[in-house]
Amino acid sequence: MSKKIMIVVLTMVALSAMLVAGCSGTSSITIGGSTTVQPLSEAWTETFTASSDVEISVQGGGSSAGVKGAAEGTLDIGSASREMKSSEEDEYPSLIVHHVAADGVAVVVHPSNDVSDLTLEEIRDIFAAGSNDEWTVINREEGSGTREVYEDIVMDGVEVAPNAEFLPSNGACKEKVANTENAIGYISLGYVDESVKAIKVDGVVCSEDNVRNGSYPVMRYLNYITDGEPEGIVKEYIDYCLSSDGQQIAADEGYIKLN
Amino acid sequence: MMSRYSIDRWSSRAVLAFGITSFVVLVVIAAFIFRESLPALQEVGLFKILFGTEWYPRYDKFGILTMVVGSIAVTIVSLGIAIPLSLGAAVLLAEVAPQPVRKVVRPAVELLVGIPSVVFGLVGMVALAPFIADISGKGSGSSVLAASIVLAVMVLPTITSISEDAIRALPPTYKEGALALGATHWQTIWRVLVPSARRGIMAGAILGTGRAIGETMAMVMVIGNSPIFPTGLFSTARTLTGNIAVEIAAAVGIHQSVLYVTGLVLFVLVMIINSASLLAYKRRAD
Repeated sequence: MSKKIMIVVLTMVALSAMLVAGCSGTSSITIGGSTTVQPLSEAWTETFTASSDVEISVQGGGSSAGVKGAAEGTLDIGSASREMKSSEEDEYPSLIVHHVAADGVAVVVHPSNDVSDLTLEEIRDIFAAGSNDEWTVINREEGSGTREVYEDIVMDGVEVAPNAEFLPSNGACKEKVANTENAIGYISLGYVDESVKAIKVDGVVCSEDNVRNGSYPVMRYLNYITDGEPEGIVKEYIDYCLSSDGQQIAADEGYIKLN
Repeated sequence: MMSRYSIDRWSSRAVLAFGITSFVVLVVIAAFIFRESLPALQEVGLFKILFGTEWYPRYDKFGILTMVVGSIAVTIVSLGIAIPLSLGAAVLLAEVAPQPVRKVVRPAVELLVGIPSVVFGLVGMVALAPFIADISGKGSGSSVLAASIVLAVMVLPTITSISEDAIRALPPTYKEGALALGATHWQTIWRVLVPSARRGIMAGAILGTGRAIGETMAMVMVIGNSPIFPTGLFSTARTLTGNIAVEIAAAVGIHQSVLYVTGLVLFVLVMIINSASLLAYKRRAD
């Protein structure tokens, strides 16, 4: 009986020793927040960790969660697909925002839809009118960075009708539009693929070039947020993201290089 | 060496401690929700939150009445689907089915409890919603109906097994007496057994209601989450639970606090339902 207990205790001691050793051997950081930035973080992380002894875990949660996480120390790097709100700047003055890439917000419809070109006003009217026989409007949840940017630029103070569907991520939004014939929604350019059709806004295609040269109106920066100036691994990682290699990865993922 | 009496004493103290722990957890959770709700209750006010019909946190509109109605509507429709089905299944299992059938159906119904709600949601989203979109001829199929059907399947096992137990718990003399008086088996079931077991069946239905109103993940995936009063079965809506789940990750300040108020309202609703269930049980015992 006591022998068994001894074995159990010894195993536990050995395991915890290994755990401690494991932690001190490699360092690990956590990135989380915007679901728009998430795939990009994953792509950067993959190549960055291949050449160094770091473990990076990437989470979603939304831009506001990224800001909050960075401020409260639960995340080493918070990600946000929008700028910090003034209320956040007041609440967490020590946070520093790093632009790491740019992104367009594409207005998407079902591939079978005839509509391929709308003006900003027409899009605003559709979203303000909400779901009806003509359109099924897909919106994002309150607090989404993509929605924040979309409301600032497209809605311009007009409310999206409450009878729109509210979905909690870019992926869910794309799925819904891809499966609903009269749906209209908006997603990050990085998420656009052949399952949905990105329409022209004011006659301009949502493409990398048009976002970078400013002719496509609905664009924003993707940001990493740190509590104070980044140091050590975090700094190395962010520098890597901003390097030409890192920016090329962003472009390959469908986002837009900084200059 | 401990005497067996002291073991006895200590074990009863340990059990008491465990019992008190669960009570303390309840109190701590209630207190926590209330504390987090306070900023919203002070700044926005309970009345404005509870009876407000507009939800647009960006423009400081924090009314959750649409979601209270949404939660209740989905619960009622789902029970309307689930209660007849469950009652049928309970009668089948308790009275009608031969042993081999019972041996297969009963575990199957019980297994439904073990399926994670997100799986129900997924099936509802990819299979049920497009089907409903076809029927209604518009929209994406996210609707009160889709949510209610998914929910009905989820509460089915709860109501079925409690109803079956209630029917089985009846004294055999009821059935024997009815049959001896010349009633057919069907008449016995419908006129004697089911009415006699009605309190147990009701308790099952109320427990099912509690589960239905608290269900979150599956609802978020199939109801569309629009903060509006549902206008019909094919209309989208938002539930109280869904409101918290969809927005809490990104909420800050007052918005976050209002979500705790949503939780508080839900907490009170579930308490009322559970008390009703306790009462139904007690009256059955009397």
